[in-house]
Amino acid sequence: MKYMGEMLLTRTPFSEIVMGNTALVRAMIEAGTRVVTSYPGSPTPEIATAIHSIPPEKRPFHFEFSTNEKVATEVALGASLNGYLSTVFFKSVGLNVAADAFVQLSLLNLIGGMVIVLGDDPGANSSQNEQDNRHYAAMSYTPLLEPANPAEVYAYYKEAAALARSLCRPVILRLTTHVCHAKEKVAFGGWEPEVFENNPRFDAANGPYIPLTAAVFPKKRTALENLRKAARWVDERGLHTVTDHGSPRGIILSGMVALSVADVLEGLADRPDILKLAMPYPMPVRVVADFLAAHEEVKVLEELDDTLEKDIKAMAFDRGLTTRIIGKQDDGDWIGEYTADKVRDILHRAWPDIVPPRTAAATALVSVPVRPAQMCPGCGHRSAFHAIKKALPEGTVTVADIGCHTLGFMEPYRMGEILLCMGASTAMGAGLTLFNDTRKVVAFLGDSTFFHAGLPGIVNALFNRHNLTLVLMENGTTAMTGHQDHAASGRNFNEPTDAIPVREVLEGLGVKHIFETDTYKQAELTDLMRQALAVDAFSVVIARHPCMLLFTRNQRRKSGYVDRHVTIDQERCTRIHTCVQDFACPSFIRAADGSVTVNPELCIGDGSCMQTCANTAITR
Amino acid sequence: MNIFNIYLCGVGGQGIGLLSEIILRAADHAGHAAKAVDTHGLAQRGGIVVSQIRLGKAAHSPMIPEGEAALVVGLERHEALRAMQSALKDGGALVYYDTVLQPLPVRLGAAAEISGDDVDRVASARGITTHAVIRPDLVDPRMQNIAVLSVISREGLIPGVTAEHYEQAMDDLLKGVVLEANLQLFRGGLSRALLEPQA
Repeated sequence: MKYMGEMLLTRTPFSEIVMGNTALVRAMIEAGTRVVTSYPGSPTPEIATAIHSIPPEKRPFHFEFSTNEKVATEVALGASLNGYLSTVFFKSVGLNVAADAFVQLSLLNLIGGMVIVLGDDPGANSSQNEQDNRHYAAMSYTPLLEPANPAEVYAYYKEAAALARSLCRPVILRLTTHVCHAKEKVAFGGWEPEVFENNPRFDAANGPYIPLTAAVFPKKRTALENLRKAARWVDERGLHTVTDHGSPRGIILSGMVALSVADVLEGLADRPDILKLAMPYPMPVRVVADFLAAHEEVKVLEELDDTLEKDIKAMAFDRGLTTRIIGKQDDGDWIGEYTADKVRDILHRAWPDIVPPRTAAATALVSVPVRPAQMCPGCGHRSAFHAIKKALPEGTVTVADIGCHTLGFMEPYRMGEILLCMGASTAMGAGLTLFNDTRKVVAFLGDSTFFHAGLPGIVNALFNRHNLTLVLMENGTTAMTGHQDHAASGRNFNEPTDAIPVREVLEGLGVKHIFETDTYKQAELTDLMRQALAVDAFSVVIARHPCMLLFTRNQRRKSGYVDRHVTIDQERCTRIHTCVQDFACPSFIRAADGSVTVNPELCIGDGSCMQTCANTAITR
Repeated sequence: MNIFNIYLCGVGGQGIGLLSEIILRAADHAGHAAKAVDTHGLAQRGGIVVSQIRLGKAAHSPMIPEGEAALVVGLERHEALRAMQSALKDGGALVYYDTVLQPLPVRLGAAAEISGDDVDRVASARGITTHAVIRPDLVDPRMQNIAVLSVISREGLIPGVTAEHYEQAMDDLLKGVVLEANLQLFRGGLSRALLEPQA
């Protein structure tokens, strides 16, 4: 749609093709959500894209990208304490960052209600693991709704908001990658804008809000009670559905797995009955017990871990139900996304008599070279890695962090050999220096990550006198997730703001050895890196260059922009291949005869490659 | 038509997202039950971008089971062949923009570039019809997606979806000069595209 912002504010009912992330924003508007916060992370950034399509003055709620997921959770919590319905959203592993705040939420009287939207990532499409955040729901006594498609994202958010408001407690809406990104036509209801009063209703009497021992036990009791209320509420709303094929066999599932199962069962003569749970946690005892009692065999088909299976088996044991319950049968059942192919394999194993096996896939007749994701043409990180590598003594350990620069681990750079989570590089690097007199340690960190979770590791390096070098890859944006502004960008989501300069922060912390240059100045960067490594203390090299994807995109929008690119002087080129093999910008083309040319469709004409050629054969 | 699966692929930055959205909306305008999903975990250029579209009421998940695509749309030769081998069923159709963006192993000298002959060899062994699109006259490589769309439309590669539906979809999504330029390219596809349809 051309005008997403207008579409999202439509008053009358309408239908539109949208992705799950967009459907969510319409639901937020209809539900009367007042405050929404986030930190960018796939698969959720398009939620913010949809919000951004509504001009700030027309936006019915406050939205911000906070500095990290924990902060975002705390801001949303504060708003709810004032009586405003709030929502925080972030990616799967973002909940680990937010956990310290999150696990307390269900113990608090959130008078405005609060919805936590999670973008889980079965299949680890864009995450460092495929953790199953249903465990966090159980750990924190938080009800969790799980939609299967964009239409359900829209419907379930509104249910979650209503439930959160009625209980004055948090409710999780758990999305997964291909629910966020699925597109289909959704029928939306009408929307009558509410006239909101700014009435901050925080009152300590609504608490207790101080979690001392005496207060913890009754609050925990209320949280457990609320779980039962939530289960009843979903039951009464009729959100769990049974598809009855008159079979003695049944399948219990939730979320997108329902669609994969529907694909597999399509056209089969003998189809098991299906119980689809809108809220897998808390497991709805009555609905599940009835379903078990009505079937001889029930397969619990759940993506990732076995949380439902355990709950269901425990309940069946207590009630003396004799239904045969088939859970996970193989380690592979714990791993990867439950696509139709995977579901077919699993169901065929359980019930070969009714579900035929997958037809063998055609064998690949020609082997196609792999295509790993890589840094863009002109990326400042490539220039930095090329220059820094020259300064590193043999045996140097390089530690990566999260961001575009993570891609430096690949051939041909091999820079950043360990990656853990947001902001971990400096502290991990510090640990690598202990009882280590022979090998240098270099940590990399991006500027958004610096503010997100990087600072404590840096403070610790100073506090405990760790001797390592941190390279701060400063590109002015959160590039990997789609160029969101951060604290040093000089803009927040809504307006210009005072940039917090990275260098001055480091100076203020007391970092005594700071070196700084533009990453395109490769000789200087190599030299500064050598100097930094020679310092017998914590040192920082700020390797600065704007994100060229963003920069070029902005330049192209300006009138008078002319595409530029470099060319290779074939007379001077002696085919040493430094450009294509060591610097390895994707713009270079290597012909079968070993000659090298430049692909003008990819080259942005930045010229960062020119200095890498010993024959000065690259010209602009 | 029970189910018609379309698997689109290319390299980040080539405009797979827009092409997919146009086809999805055109299919909707044509009265198909339609759903889709994009895979775009990493924002950078240079990685593989895939979009899947499924038409028909019997298609439930937006993700196509392995080897069940009736049509593969590629914006790059390596990706076209990769998808043809993993996603396309025997006897299906492949339409691709015949440009090459060399994958890393080719640039490192560790693997050979895929040729048009490689594509044709696999296609003929599996009874696949291919349409290689080349438009040397394109002023902007970012319009290669629309050049491919014009061939999809002209060859009637998606059942029930006509040029009118595609234009309607483009009008849903684009505006101003961008819409005009793309419509012009789309309509001129017949006279100006250099086509090599092969059985």
